[in-house]
Amino acid sequence: MLSKRIIPCLDIRDGVVVKGVNFDNIKEIADPVELAKYYNKTGADELVFYDISAAIEQRSIFLTLLREVAKEVFIPLCVGGNITTLADIEAVLANGADKVSINSGALKNPNLINEAAKKYGNQCIVASVDIKRTALGFEVFSAGGRIATGIEALGWIVELEKRGAGEVVVNSIDTDGVRGGFDLPLLEAISALITIPIIASGGAGNAEHFITLFESNPKVDGGLAASIFHLKELPIPELKQALAAKNIRVRSSGYDKV
Amino acid sequence: MIAIIDYGVGNLFSIQNALNHLGISSCITADAAKIKAATKIILPGVGAYTDAMRCLEKSGVIPTLTEQVEKGIPLLGICLGMQLLYEKSSEYGETKGLGWIAGVVVSMHDTFTRDLKIPHMGWNTLLFKKDDPLLANIALGSDVYFVHSYYIVSKQAEYLAVSEYEVEIPAIIRQKNIYGMQFHPEKSGEVGLQLLANFAKI
Repeated sequence: MLSKRIIPCLDIRDGVVVKGVNFDNIKEIADPVELAKYYNKTGADELVFYDISAAIEQRSIFLTLLREVAKEVFIPLCVGGNITTLADIEAVLANGADKVSINSGALKNPNLINEAAKKYGNQCIVASVDIKRTALGFEVFSAGGRIATGIEALGWIVELEKRGAGEVVVNSIDTDGVRGGFDLPLLEAISALITIPIIASGGAGNAEHFITLFESNPKVDGGLAASIFHLKELPIPELKQALAAKNIRVRSSGYDKV
Repeated sequence: MIAIIDYGVGNLFSIQNALNHLGISSCITADAAKIKAATKIILPGVGAYTDAMRCLEKSGVIPTLTEQVEKGIPLLGICLGMQLLYEKSSEYGETKGLGWIAGVVVSMHDTFTRDLKIPHMGWNTLLFKKDDPLLANIALGSDVYFVHSYYIVSKQAEYLAVSEYEVEIPAIIRQKNIYGMQFHPEKSGEVGLQLLANFAKI
């Protein structure tokens, strides 16, 4: 059977990996190429490269940097950041991406998901959704969590699946950077409605949070985190050992254990 | 020199990048002379069977590939590239493949009865069926990265390794000098790199 995936996310701004709290108060952490090498060696099951300021600055992704990162990575690489056209997708795939993460681009033009899935296959198209609790219930936010869209999140995710997204990354703004655990109620609500793989993001603070995530919701396929991995507070081999000890299936061979 | 066949389908960057990392020289080509000069051939592929087969025919490489395979040159099909080695696929009615190995390609949607996510996407464990130099230094319990919704059904004589996902999905196959990997060795970490290194050594 498939292993649960542990996915570090490189949020990149101006060529360096950064991390904020509740999507804000951003600080610099590391060089993306070095960090990618480290994750490739230490058991990450996939890597996300996210150019967080591309959407805000209305420009395309740093392709040269992406290529440098891709050269060091022999695990799947998912790339996002202001992907709004088929040409954007083509460009990141040609520079080493295996999957493309589409967020605001789908809000502006939902048909992008249909067209992209048709052209590159569903498995290649990852829908990323930033969600916060508001008067609306679960509301979708855009532009790196800055703008409330007025769109109800659960319905939007169902629509993304129907349009051809092959996987969804659920980013909870409420739990992001707080390190109090993943947003289990939100994930529960989503997993009841869709069948595509779900990657949980936002709130991981320790190994226990991942154990709770996978034990409480078997429909979640992977857990994504940034700072606890980047700051080496929770090395992935250690996390995987903790998961395996709870009989949660993880990839446990083919990487350095220390 | 390994020739990676360029017929307009699939992400060739990652395969060549992995070979570069291993210090194995390769070229991305559809040129008959270059393919004939290569000591090994990799046939990549992602996406739809019908489109891939059409592109392969259009690229004009099939006669050269057939000739080299008949000569005994090792050829490795990766992902859809492996499925193309078989007789036909049930995708969109029926599409003929290269037909070098007896067997057909079927859809998980048509054959699976359990509530499993399709595509079969993620890391799954290799279960060995036969010993082979291609599997040198691959530890028991090694995981590799799969992304596919179709799989091979054949008489199984050529299976070297399978992965369990409702049924035993053929993961690594070999018929004489024709090899296939259903998963992506270029995206399967150290295990995948070792498999590519083993292929290069054959």
